[in-house]
Amino acid sequence: MTEREEETVVRSEETAAGGPAQVVPAGAPLVEAPADTVAGEVVLRLTDVVKTFPGVRALDGVQLEVRAGEVHCLLGQNGAGKSTLIKVLAGVHRPDSGLVEWRGEPATFANPQAAMRAGIATIYQELDLVEDLSVAENAFLGHEPRRLGFVRRGAMARHTRQILGRLGHAEIPPGRMVRALPAAGKQIVSMARALSHEARLIIMDEPSAVLAHDEVGNLFRIIRELTAQGIAVIYISHRLEEIREIGDRVTVLKDGRTTAANLSARDTPTRDLVSRMTGRTIEYVFPDRPADAAGGAELLTVEGLTRAGEFADVSLRVRAGEIVGIAGLVGSGRSELLETIYGARRADAGSVRMAGRALRRGSVGAAVRAGMGMAPEERKSQALLLGEPIYRNVTLATFGRYARAGFTDVGRERAEADRIAASLELRPRDVRRPVRTLSGGNQQKVVVGRWLLGDTRLLLLDEPTRGVDVGARAELYQVIRGLAARGVGVLLVSSEVPEVLGLADRVLVMREGRVVREAPAGELDENTVLDLVMAGSLMEGAPA
Amino acid sequence: MTEGPTPTVAPQRAAQLPAQSPPVDPAQTAAAVGKVASPGRISWWRGEGGEGVRRNLGLVGVLVVLVVIGALTRSDLYSDPDWVWDNVLSILKLAAVVGVVTVGMTFVIIGGGIDLSVGAIVALAGVWCTTVATQSYGAGGMIFSALTVGLAVGLVNGLLISYGRLVPFIATLAMLVAARGLAAEISDKQTQVSDNGFINGLASNSLLGIPLLVYILAAVVAAGWVLLNRTTFGRRTVAVGGNPEAARLAGINVRRHTVLLYGLSGLCCGIAAIMLTAQANSAQAAMANLYELDAIAAAIIGGTLLSGGRGTIIGSLLGVVIFATITNLFAINGLSTEAQNMVKGGIIVAAVLVQQVQFRSLTQFLGRNRLTT
Repeated sequence: MTEREEETVVRSEETAAGGPAQVVPAGAPLVEAPADTVAGEVVLRLTDVVKTFPGVRALDGVQLEVRAGEVHCLLGQNGAGKSTLIKVLAGVHRPDSGLVEWRGEPATFANPQAAMRAGIATIYQELDLVEDLSVAENAFLGHEPRRLGFVRRGAMARHTRQILGRLGHAEIPPGRMVRALPAAGKQIVSMARALSHEARLIIMDEPSAVLAHDEVGNLFRIIRELTAQGIAVIYISHRLEEIREIGDRVTVLKDGRTTAANLSARDTPTRDLVSRMTGRTIEYVFPDRPADAAGGAELLTVEGLTRAGEFADVSLRVRAGEIVGIAGLVGSGRSELLETIYGARRADAGSVRMAGRALRRGSVGAAVRAGMGMAPEERKSQALLLGEPIYRNVTLATFGRYARAGFTDVGRERAEADRIAASLELRPRDVRRPVRTLSGGNQQKVVVGRWLLGDTRLLLLDEPTRGVDVGARAELYQVIRGLAARGVGVLLVSSEVPEVLGLADRVLVMREGRVVREAPAGELDENTVLDLVMAGSLMEGAPA
Repeated sequence: MTEGPTPTVAPQRAAQLPAQSPPVDPAQTAAAVGKVASPGRISWWRGEGGEGVRRNLGLVGVLVVLVVIGALTRSDLYSDPDWVWDNVLSILKLAAVVGVVTVGMTFVIIGGGIDLSVGAIVALAGVWCTTVATQSYGAGGMIFSALTVGLAVGLVNGLLISYGRLVPFIATLAMLVAARGLAAEISDKQTQVSDNGFINGLASNSLLGIPLLVYILAAVVAAGWVLLNRTTFGRRTVAVGGNPEAARLAGINVRRHTVLLYGLSGLCCGIAAIMLTAQANSAQAAMANLYELDAIAAAIIGGTLLSGGRGTIIGSLLGVVIFATITNLFAINGLSTEAQNMVKGGIIVAAVLVQQVQFRSLTQFLGRNRLTT
């Protein structure tokens, strides 16, 4: 395959395999590693693990070290590679290169069963239980105790009761249908399954996401009991306060790499954790801001927009030629807000107006006709027809305009797409290639380019540079600024604070579904914004 | 520009550059150097639509093999050119009715759905247009009612699926049962004879030596091809089936389009109902039995992806013709329909297996080969 010539970020964590505390250089100040507080033997060690999928390096040099009896937290934004990493450990994917050592020996798991047999159990966010089987049947699914081919139901129930007792939940009847259990109960059945395999490492993917507040306490109690028995836990969560409470050490992933390993979960300042999740790895080059950016006519007016459980009472304005950035972490409601403005979700309350005209709620068609365009967060699943040629993806929203009496004009479509490809410096340039063969950055250009055709007046960009390599980022920034210079309004969402600050004219900071600050980008700096997005309970217990 | 590979060029891409690339914009080449293979042009059979064309060439190959088997097993018949021509026409006539249904089915499957009710819609439309009352309006009235019934039932399917949020499998399965029930109710379980000379003549008459039914098939296939490949309707179909979320976020009305797709399938069933009624000079509730399976099988053999987003009308036509040729092959050899069905089952599996394996590995093989030469 191709050489790794696009590898421009200098990597200096080559020795990361062994050290108890390892910090990979990034823009943020170096974090002092704590003393080795975890006594257990190392059960799992990952060294330079790489996993690529067509067009994307999902894992690009991951280091991870997990010890027996510890709760090791994995932190990272969406798309940082956590899910891929879990799947590598669970035997779903096999790494392209790098070393996975399990209990001191190099290991590759051919399939999930092999990982399970080796003692690695995974509790996925969407629990993989069979709803219409009993608790005991789920716990022993695939390895039921049996005699002469018959399941020993009595023994299975007895073992299950024993395991549930170990988990402190003897009250769950082994014969109960899983469908009848609440989410917390189902999670306990998942853990019972892990224990039925005598797991030595349990991976928990956002276990608290499905739980109510008081149930989280119970989850933590169970995790403590598990670790007291010498079982290692990899705990994944976006909620930093949980990591403070339950975690021993933290490894941070960003863009498929380990940006910091084995930090203390309790003592590492929140700001350092966040900046390692979101911070820049190199200095981006942002285009200059024109002086009169805010001078255009008001284009988008959002008043009191609310969606229960996602965001509340958001009001914002975007002028023609202005770039407005929304900073916020995953779960702050920023993507949901963007999709609601676009009509892809129906607002519970509030209004969205384009150039003074109110848009029908929950209608993408109305938004597009009014001149909105959106580049959604998930390029592949939300924006692209991967098997179709580039030009058909570029014209997906506009092919009707080139048609005469319903007959498409492929020649003109191709010419228009070619013009867009040229102006965006798309590589490769042949617009008849399937879009699947493009790199992430070029795929993003296709999605943005789609809205350069026609008369888009407002562009909504959700994480436009996610999974985009460094060179292509700078180009995308130029494209976005160029659009604004032509009078297009841009509403941009990004987890990367420097990106929002560098690109936007005006910045809104969102936290827990609300806008907590609005200011011209020049009046904010990175630390202020980080404090704002992380403020409140998250800062407690963190020496600043 | 030379064809020889450079170390930084991905092998497969490099291999796709034909020997005579047209001149490339120098600036563009400069931008591409050291990054990815320079764009160049893709030869027609590798580029856009090339995969479908190759797939269909494979189906033509299967067809040729079937004809050769026929010629070898019945060399006595094949020695007579007049018989061969007549046999070709009888194969096409055999394929005509299912072929029309398959065109509609292909659209539905490309659009990400499935229509199990096509056979039942054909029966309902056939029975409806042959009631004494309808026949009194003449051929025009019969055709109009068959098309209207087909379209209406199809639209009901679409509405249930789009706005009722029923799974296509369930909605059309329910329609399969209900439409046949209604057909039996209307016909009182009797065979309704068609007295209309024009309708009956559609099956028995020929123009320039070719049966009228074959013209109808050709017209529907041509219209389907144009609709899929040259209109916004076709483009929306591919988008809706390939990635419904992307289509929705691009401003395409996915629900409305889904309704139209099932309506189109119903309309094709209406046309098929007239053709089948003409062939039998009658209609009854049990007609067009299991056409849904023939149509789905033909579409799948023709390379239509069951999960949506990909498929060709020509491929589906070839699928239908291959089935008809197998039936014909067994008939001229005096073999049973039971053996025939077993072979058909095998062909379906083989066709899908070949499509999964062959084209991917063939592409890779060619790619590697070109690089080393």
